[in-house]
Amino acid sequence: MPSYVDPSKCDGCKGGDKTACMYICPNDLMVLNKDEMKAYNQEPDACWECYSCVKICPQGAIAVRGYDDFVPMGGFVHPMRSSDSIMWTVKFRNGNMKRFKFPIRTTAEGAANAYTDLKGENLDDEKLTLEQDLPAPTMLAK
Amino acid sequence: MALPNKPMGELPAVANPEVVEHDVDVLIIGGGMAACGTAFEIKKWAPADLKIKLVDKAAMERSGAVAQGLSAINTYIGENKIENYVKMVRNDLMGVVREDLIYDLGRHVDESVKLFEEWGLPIWKKDDKGDNLDGAKPAPTLREGGTPVRTGKWQIMINGESYKCIVAEPAKTALGEENIMERVFIVKLILDKNKENQIAGAAGFSTRENKVHVFRCKTALCACGGAVNIFRPRSTGEGKGRAWYPVWNAGSTYTMCAQVGATLTMMENRFTPARFKDGYGPVGAWFLLFKAKVQNGLGEFYANADSAQEELNKYMPYGGSPVTPTCLRNHLLLNELKAGRGPIYMATDVALNAFLEERRAAGMDEKDVKKFWKHLESEAWEDFLDMSVGQAGLWAGMNIEPEKVGSEIMPTEPYMLGSHSGCCGIWTSGPDEDWVPTVDGPRSHQYKWGYNRMTTVDGLFTAGDGVGASGHKFSSGSHAEGRIVAKQMVKFCRDNADFKPELPKSAQEYADEIYAPVKRYLEHVGASTAANVNPNYCKPAGLMMRLMKATDEYGGGVATYYMTSGKLLNICLDLLRMLREDAEQMAAGDLHELMRAWENYHRIWCVETHIRHIEFRKESRYPGFYYRSDFPNVDEENWKAFVNSTYDPKAGEWKCEKVECINIVETEPWV
Repeated sequence: MPSYVDPSKCDGCKGGDKTACMYICPNDLMVLNKDEMKAYNQEPDACWECYSCVKICPQGAIAVRGYDDFVPMGGFVHPMRSSDSIMWTVKFRNGNMKRFKFPIRTTAEGAANAYTDLKGENLDDEKLTLEQDLPAPTMLAK
Repeated sequence: MALPNKPMGELPAVANPEVVEHDVDVLIIGGGMAACGTAFEIKKWAPADLKIKLVDKAAMERSGAVAQGLSAINTYIGENKIENYVKMVRNDLMGVVREDLIYDLGRHVDESVKLFEEWGLPIWKKDDKGDNLDGAKPAPTLREGGTPVRTGKWQIMINGESYKCIVAEPAKTALGEENIMERVFIVKLILDKNKENQIAGAAGFSTRENKVHVFRCKTALCACGGAVNIFRPRSTGEGKGRAWYPVWNAGSTYTMCAQVGATLTMMENRFTPARFKDGYGPVGAWFLLFKAKVQNGLGEFYANADSAQEELNKYMPYGGSPVTPTCLRNHLLLNELKAGRGPIYMATDVALNAFLEERRAAGMDEKDVKKFWKHLESEAWEDFLDMSVGQAGLWAGMNIEPEKVGSEIMPTEPYMLGSHSGCCGIWTSGPDEDWVPTVDGPRSHQYKWGYNRMTTVDGLFTAGDGVGASGHKFSSGSHAEGRIVAKQMVKFCRDNADFKPELPKSAQEYADEIYAPVKRYLEHVGASTAANVNPNYCKPAGLMMRLMKATDEYGGGVATYYMTSGKLLNICLDLLRMLREDAEQMAAGDLHELMRAWENYHRIWCVETHIRHIEFRKESRYPGFYYRSDFPNVDEENWKAFVNSTYDPKAGEWKCEKVECINIVETEPWV
């Protein structure tokens, strides 16, 4: 189910230092053609359909069409992701539509506590930071 | 129109890339859950002057197996005993596991999960009436004693679309953006020039600019996931990308560690999960949350039949567990298919309607039943949309509504991994504590040698899919294991403060080796009018198909219902030897293709270890994952033991050996 780019919407991220889809694709598939200032998926048969590019594209220019070797035509699945939730539209081949909305995050972006001031105590035991105790197994084999 | 004898990609490679050298104390290779755990934890132990670098092939926000998201966390101990977690893993993996590593993981994993929730991951909870609340609804947190929605004994449900983004954020903050390099693919580890069996560095290249990076380090973590596209997939066209495990995992962890002499363990173990056909959507929630059952083509719920129990009784004690081991569940399914009683269906319709009937029987009126159904339907679809959107796309394309019709289940092509229901990987030290067994002999026989999760090579650590003989870590356990390693690497640096890593070759020599496919391409591309067909080289894409054909046909892939034999395995090894030789003839015209070239090189090595181990083990330890026709049974008497293998980088030779497997947790009762 490879991703594809709508040329009427893609602006090549305006030639900024980071092309969003190229930045995010875990498999290095999305590339920018600088002459046209448009992105494309350079290896559709290596696409995991993870939707990372679809979700991140600031122009909403990327969508996914089903793998041509097993998905019948006509349906689609498309997300709209905000900072705290994601809305999915599922269209069936027969025209039926379903919509689902799920939470994705309960804190503001950037608010995750990295505990940068925390320091561990004893480097020679197995206890990690924030851990209260360190059990050892009971119920041992005879 | 121009002739097709030009590089394909947008980032053409040049013959002589810039070479950049780096000196660090700690090198973290990988950016998935394990590496994020290390990145989060390490500075909490490190002195301020310790130099740490993390190098990721992709972007941490969406790299590794959790890139797409997940709908559940499969390892959360919570109210359970850690010893029972050990028992569960041991039984699922047919007895041959490192119980010290599993127990150790079990005592650290919950802290990772509590952190995830604190960072913003929505975790489902039970309300006062016992109904499910999604993770954004107000409810006490796990730390505050909130009750998660358990599906199985160990799994909890989440709204996990942004799971990886949430975990990567504090990892990056903790380590500092300036210590993170993304889009750099490390392709080889380097031993020290002077000190025997000691890691001293690594080399790789940027997939964004013509630059080779050579690192010197005192200690390294190699955590680059499992191996995918090593056997011919069931979909060989565009759908080749719809692998069950992330398609970008190329066995780099196993290959790079093996090449510097790290002992591997249980490389014969593979994972061939039964999943929704073609889309490879998850089945866990369907089995556990929705209590769905599988039917054969005759409509029989075959797994509940007496004949199935009789079959399982052949594999005691494993087959007697209330939760059948994953491989044996596959075994029963394959028996149906081989007998012509396919296709196998997950009866989603029966399961979902049973919930509605249950509510009606309890007196719920139709309006409330409808409301309940909306919630249930949403839960069912979220399972796919969180982690396997392609399966939802397939259902949409096929007009499948799960409440009306079941969906076909099929075991996938084999994968190699150590964090899911599989346990191949690298042999590592357990914790240096009294309860971990002391064993005489070389490290390849021992259970502990000072630094938890250190491989048999000094200073080289691994985590997540990398650590062998201890499966069922999943996402949370991989993160916890990364945290364990962080502390150990700092300890290693403290204890080896005087060590000055020195590489045996110049940085330019590593650059020449890494860019060899580019030089070959540029030298020979003019010999034909089409860049992909040339008598002087092979392209990565073709080589990968050749690899997958060899393993599929001779190594027990889907072509033979996972059946192989000593004779077939040796043919496979011959084909792999020639593949390894021809891998030296790969050509790459652009940086993306150079990445593919090195990934394939890693794939060939790692699958060779897999075949070598299956050949060595004269039994069929994992019926349903693979079978040897010449040794079709589980042989407890002779083979309830690890198979460990070590490559000698100086002699260029492999050695396989049988290593004793010790039970730490009670064996009576077994589960």
